[in-house]
Amino acid sequence: MRLAALLALALALPAVAEERVTGFEQMSEDLQAMQNDPVANPGLFWIADGETLWSEDPGTGADSCKGCHGDASDSMAGVAASYPAWDEESGRPVDLAGRINLCRTRHQDAEPFERVSDELLSLAAYLTHQSKGMPITPDDDPRTDPWRERGEDLFARRIGQLNLSCAQCHDRLAGGHLGSALIPQAHPTGYPQYRLEWETMGSLARRFDNCIFGVRAEPYEAGSEDYVSLELYLKSRAAGLTIESPAIRP
Amino acid sequence: MSALVNIPETAAPGEIVDIKVLLQHPMETGFRTGPDGKLVPRNIIHSLRCLYLSEEVFAAELFPAVTANPFFAFTLVAETTGEVEILWADDAGEEQRQSQTLTVG
Amino acid sequence: MKATRRQAIAMGLAMPLALRVRPAQATPETMQAAIDAFTGGAAVTEGGVELKIPALVENGNSVPLSVSAESPMTDEDHVEEIAIFNEVNPLPDTVRFHFTPRSGRATAQTRIRLNGTQHVTAIARKSDGTFHSAQVNVIVTAPACRES
Ligand code: HEC
Ligand code: HEC
Repeated sequence: MRLAALLALALALPAVAEERVTGFEQMSEDLQAMQNDPVANPGLFWIADGETLWSEDPGTGADSCKGCHGDASDSMAGVAASYPAWDEESGRPVDLAGRINLCRTRHQDAEPFERVSDELLSLAAYLTHQSKGMPITPDDDPRTDPWRERGEDLFARRIGQLNLSCAQCHDRLAGGHLGSALIPQAHPTGYPQYRLEWETMGSLARRFDNCIFGVRAEPYEAGSEDYVSLELYLKSRAAGLTIESPAIRP
Repeated sequence: MSALVNIPETAAPGEIVDIKVLLQHPMETGFRTGPDGKLVPRNIIHSLRCLYLSEEVFAAELFPAVTANPFFAFTLVAETTGEVEILWADDAGEEQRQSQTLTVG
Repeated sequence: MKATRRQAIAMGLAMPLALRVRPAQATPETMQAAIDAFTGGAAVTEGGVELKIPALVENGNSVPLSVSAESPMTDEDHVEEIAIFNEVNPLPDTVRFHFTPRSGRATAQTRIRLNGTQHVTAIARKSDGTFHSAQVNVIVTAPACRES
């Protein structure tokens, strides 16, 4: 009943201000300090592993990532900040993890990594680290636009047994509380991320899964057209906000 | 199991120096059920030790209540130039060690 | 686009804030028993120990803890050990720190898991065999959207 009362109260408030606030800004000082401390942030382990994988021989006779792309600090600076991005060959936008797996299959004759594998999370975290502090700059290829709109539709669509949309919580109720949890605006500024709830690194898809599970709906597949569309929309909504790496969230 | 260890490189004699350690470990409690519904066996780092000039100056005993990827901060008194060693061991029998020279003068 | 009151109630049910049920749980009694085992039943004096945990934490999976005890840390007079106890986790023992005069200070920091709002107790054992304590109450909030 307390929850219900809280939510009723939150809904009674006027629509949220336009000002964008990131999940980082909403965290306690303790968690912000943990994220910023170079010896206290566990996400750094995945970045270090990603760095190792970057120059690792794939064992197929093909080059390592580094063999083709050189120093990630040069070639990959700003790349993660512009994903998802259009892929000519498949004729659709792909997310960063999807791009890494395309390089595995197309350019390394290797198997794609499992979406939830530490390898893929580590490489994605390492590449995202090369965009740390850079503004989110969504891919401006006009072919991504219909996908972005699809993402916006999905964001506004009521789903699940609770018949709630992402927008109802993240636009309308953002800044309010759900029980004791603060509802963020859902800006994807720091993914993959070390979520305390998971006690490990996880993807934006896993984060989506959690929210969709929360309203008792069926999550989509990581890397699916629906999730890439949602990410495209959220990245445009967050355009200009800076990439955090490695981000921590409760 | 890797580690991030922060030990100052230099210190004055008698100075109290701060040591920070972050260890990569799931700290599996033994109270959690896996996807198959069975209890996941406990595997935690159960001990952490800090040796300086080959003698223990600080140690910690860990229980399942310590977070995944545990973090520790503590202090020691700089005496003379020598190794600061961090040693840790988990239930799976893995023992690890990382060390660094502390230059005192 | 307004969520109705009924939805709100449904959400409260769908996203319980109760923490995961564990096979066994410590209680204030088991915590006391663990403390007695640590002290061998000796008297514990309140004070001389500072236990710092934020009063409200966002996720019980990672609660910053900092503890220190007043002591000159000499060979004759130092803190040998500080043990941390909780009253709701499956086990009351949380973490123990062993100090020596060469530690310089009887102080340490770590991060712990707390299965919900509860008291956390720190007991310091000094080289003269005396015990000293501090206790704090921690309010643990839980995120709304979780895995299962
Ligand atoms: C044989 C050369 C080669 C290897 C090896 C390779 N890539 Fe690529 N990579 C490319 C090419 C070519 C592209 C351009 C897109 C395409 O044609 O697939 C690309 C594109 C990318 C992009 C997108 C860059 C952008 O600006 O959008 C990323 C990220 C990337 N690769 C990561 C990796 C990672 C991680 C690895 C190792 C797992 C890797 N690549 C291995 C050749 C390679
Ligand atoms: C019932 C309210 C609710 C709904 C509906 C909801 N979320 Fe969330 N979402 C939350 C809360 C609360 C959090 C903060 C973490 C927590 O407590 O679980 C969150 C966190 C997030 C985050 C993480 C933001 C960060 O800082 O990293 C993203 C991204 C997100 N949600 C996306 C979505 C998407 C996409 C949908 C729709 C498919 C959705 N959410 C639906 C309540 C909701």
